[in-house]
Amino acid sequence: MTSLMALVVGVLYAAAIYMMLRRSIVKLVIGLVLLSNAANLLIFTAAGLRRDAPPLVPDDAQVPAGLVADPLAQALILTAIVIGFGVLAFAVVLIRRAYEVVEADDMHQMRDTDT
Amino acid sequence: MLTGILSGFLLAPLAPALHRLFPRYSGWLLALLPAGLTLYFLQQWLPVTQQGPLLSHIDWVPALAMPLSFMLDGLSLLFALMICAIGALIFIYAGRYLEDHRDLPRLYVLLLCFMASMLGVVLSDNLIVLFVFWELTSITSYLLIGFNHEDANARAKALQGLIVTVGGGLALMTGFILLGQIGGSYELSVLITRGDTITAHPLYGLTLVLIVLGAFTKSAQFPFHFWLPNAMAAPTPVSAYLHSATMVKAGIYLLARLHPAMGGTELWLLLLGGAGAITMVLGVFLSLRATGIKRMLAYSTVMALGTLTMLIGLGTRTALLAAMSYLLAHSLYKGALFMVAGIIDHQTGRKDFLDTGGWARYLPVTSACAGLAAMSLAGVMPLFGFIAKEQLLEAGLNHGHALAPLFSAAIVVAATLGVAVAAVIGIRPWFGKPAALTHTPSEAPPAMLLGPALLAGLGLLLGLIPGLIDRSLLSAAASASLGERVTQPLALWHGINTALLISLGAVLVGLVLFRYWQGFRHATRWTDTLARFGPEQAYHRLMDGLVALSNSQTRLLQSGYLRYYLISTLLTLVALVIAALWLNPDALKLRPDFTDIQLHEAVIAAVLVIATLAAVTLQSRLGAVASLGAVGFSIALLYVLFSAPDLSITQVLVETLTVIMLVLVLFRLPGFLRLTRTRTRLADALVGITVGGMITVLLLSVLGSRYHGSIAHYFITESVPAGYGRNIVNVILVDFRALDTLGELFVLALAATGVYAMLKLRSKGDTTEPEETHD
Repeated sequence: MTSLMALVVGVLYAAAIYMMLRRSIVKLVIGLVLLSNAANLLIFTAAGLRRDAPPLVPDDAQVPAGLVADPLAQALILTAIVIGFGVLAFAVVLIRRAYEVVEADDMHQMRDTDT
Repeated sequence: MLTGILSGFLLAPLAPALHRLFPRYSGWLLALLPAGLTLYFLQQWLPVTQQGPLLSHIDWVPALAMPLSFMLDGLSLLFALMICAIGALIFIYAGRYLEDHRDLPRLYVLLLCFMASMLGVVLSDNLIVLFVFWELTSITSYLLIGFNHEDANARAKALQGLIVTVGGGLALMTGFILLGQIGGSYELSVLITRGDTITAHPLYGLTLVLIVLGAFTKSAQFPFHFWLPNAMAAPTPVSAYLHSATMVKAGIYLLARLHPAMGGTELWLLLLGGAGAITMVLGVFLSLRATGIKRMLAYSTVMALGTLTMLIGLGTRTALLAAMSYLLAHSLYKGALFMVAGIIDHQTGRKDFLDTGGWARYLPVTSACAGLAAMSLAGVMPLFGFIAKEQLLEAGLNHGHALAPLFSAAIVVAATLGVAVAAVIGIRPWFGKPAALTHTPSEAPPAMLLGPALLAGLGLLLGLIPGLIDRSLLSAAASASLGERVTQPLALWHGINTALLISLGAVLVGLVLFRYWQGFRHATRWTDTLARFGPEQAYHRLMDGLVALSNSQTRLLQSGYLRYYLISTLLTLVALVIAALWLNPDALKLRPDFTDIQLHEAVIAAVLVIATLAAVTLQSRLGAVASLGAVGFSIALLYVLFSAPDLSITQVLVETLTVIMLVLVLFRLPGFLRLTRTRTRLADALVGITVGGMITVLLLSVLGSRYHGSIAHYFITESVPAGYGRNIVNVILVDFRALDTLGELFVLALAATGVYAMLKLRSKGDTTEPEETHD
């Protein structure tokens, strides 16, 4: 399954970069969302995939019985998801504001710092 | 000795205050320091010339083996005396010459710093310390040349001097480090005893070329001679100082100093002798072609520097003795002549020999000084310049090298043209038909006459009684440069010999040349066209090229288009990864394995890929956002399947919010336009696929090569005992790594503040109504 996931991550990255190279800012934001998803999935896959072994400690034990999925990677990704959302919210509002000023959804019209 | 060097730097910040207190006598007062230093060095005369060098050693940076070590031997003493004595005269002269200049205090500060740096150069025993002072002279002379900083020309010329000398300094530093490595010490006093080891080393050639580059740029040797005449943009007192005893002589000092360590080889002789001879002839020729007073003097300095370099290159006993005599003679007459040039400018306002004439009756003392100094330059009996020139001719004639006749010929040519130059300087402004002036010029004030009179008078005195210095100072200097002890008496009269006859012939031909000076200038006019291929043009082309290069690369890299920044960054990343894998192909461990896939997983992966492609290709914004949602929810499902329930919950929550937010905000923006051509799209797709492919390959490689176990073991075992929580991910977030989570909260708060500010706050005058986010 990890090999398949590697392919999926590659597709996500390719799509994200393609979208970020577009002139439309909306597409740039879509690219950003895809990119953060891709990065999360990349870390997730790199940490090793494990079925049916969530990092939980049973009620009657001090340590989990047997092997569990890597909790550290999950903690990292959790943080990343939340931060990604914060950045996205900021970016979306920024775009909206920029659109009000520039009145175009085209980054080539935003080259000057004066506009 | 350290106190002596530092005193200049210490006095420098006080100079403006001193000037404010005693505005009329500030030059005299400041001259007390160099005069005092002159006395100090005169005191060392006997011990140094008779007993040997004086060493002083202070630990500075012991960890880097860099002590503040100084050495005073004959060579250093000669230079130090010239620097201090002429420096004192320059201060007196400048105080009067620039009396009404509002930036006079600044000139004092710079001159003091410059003088102290020069002393540092000639007294340092450690190569690195010497280099520091060397660069200080470059910087202070840059500020001095650009003293009239409101004049664009002065600024440009100052920068030219700086770039040439500091560029050479870079080579010099490399050379010094190499020299220190192959000589096994950074102390000059040690290096000069290891000449055989150094010259036999395989890196000797490279080291020598680098050091010589530094010395040549400083001392204006061909092809770097062009900056020196341009440095005439400096006020005349500065030119007088820089050209006579200091700045340009630093390179000469270095070559003379390193002769025992690096000299005596064929390469040394060819490099120094060749460049010196070319510079000498070129300098005197250009000098005679010039008509500007300072310009002519500057080119004659180039000639003198060439002569000195050539003599050090020849490297024999006679040659080095001649070099020391010539060095002293040149400092005396050139200092005097520059000050005379300043007097002419100051009293009459004329800057060109063609506008001068017949002023001896108005400026009798000045003309006498000019005459004496010019005679020394011409090498006429009984001036000290005559003795120096006799020795110079002897050094050329008696040299045993196969190329010696060439050097002798160059010396004869330079001597002849030099006489003509001297005649122009010594005769043209003073005799003949008086040049018309609006007012009758008066004699210069005593403060300005003192310098030329003393220097020219000293030239005469030493010519008449060379015994004052020949066996002591000059011999000690030559000994230091030769590496063995010499004691050579000098005399004005050697009897009738070849050198004297050549000298006589040179004077006669030179005077004839002077008689037909304009004819000579006219006949050699064609040489001006050659300047178009000269080094100065090369310098300008280099500078223009640098600007053009930085322009074009700025345009290339700083396009202002996000896409180009992204593309260049990403492709560089790909190139780096490919290069790394190319160099180390074993690192790539691809073991793709598609056996362990369950059907529902494959279906989710397929949905994920299809949704991604839809988000990319759909032309409707709403459709794209919906596809994005599908991507997010598929990922949430994958998280569930692979044991990450917390991730899944968060992802679902965030994805829902994201979709709602995007729909609400983007709703008001126009639909997608087709902004780019198909070719661009294909190219972008190629970039995306390349990077995506690289990520896939890297990820597969990472999965194929797991060297270490997870570092999560601690968190797994300690979650309950230490963190009192059964959800390990949560315990990590709120307990083990709680500070990280706090940071995350700050990021979110910051983003929320930004969002609020952009939505609710409007700058004054912006009439747009705040819009609600939930419309």
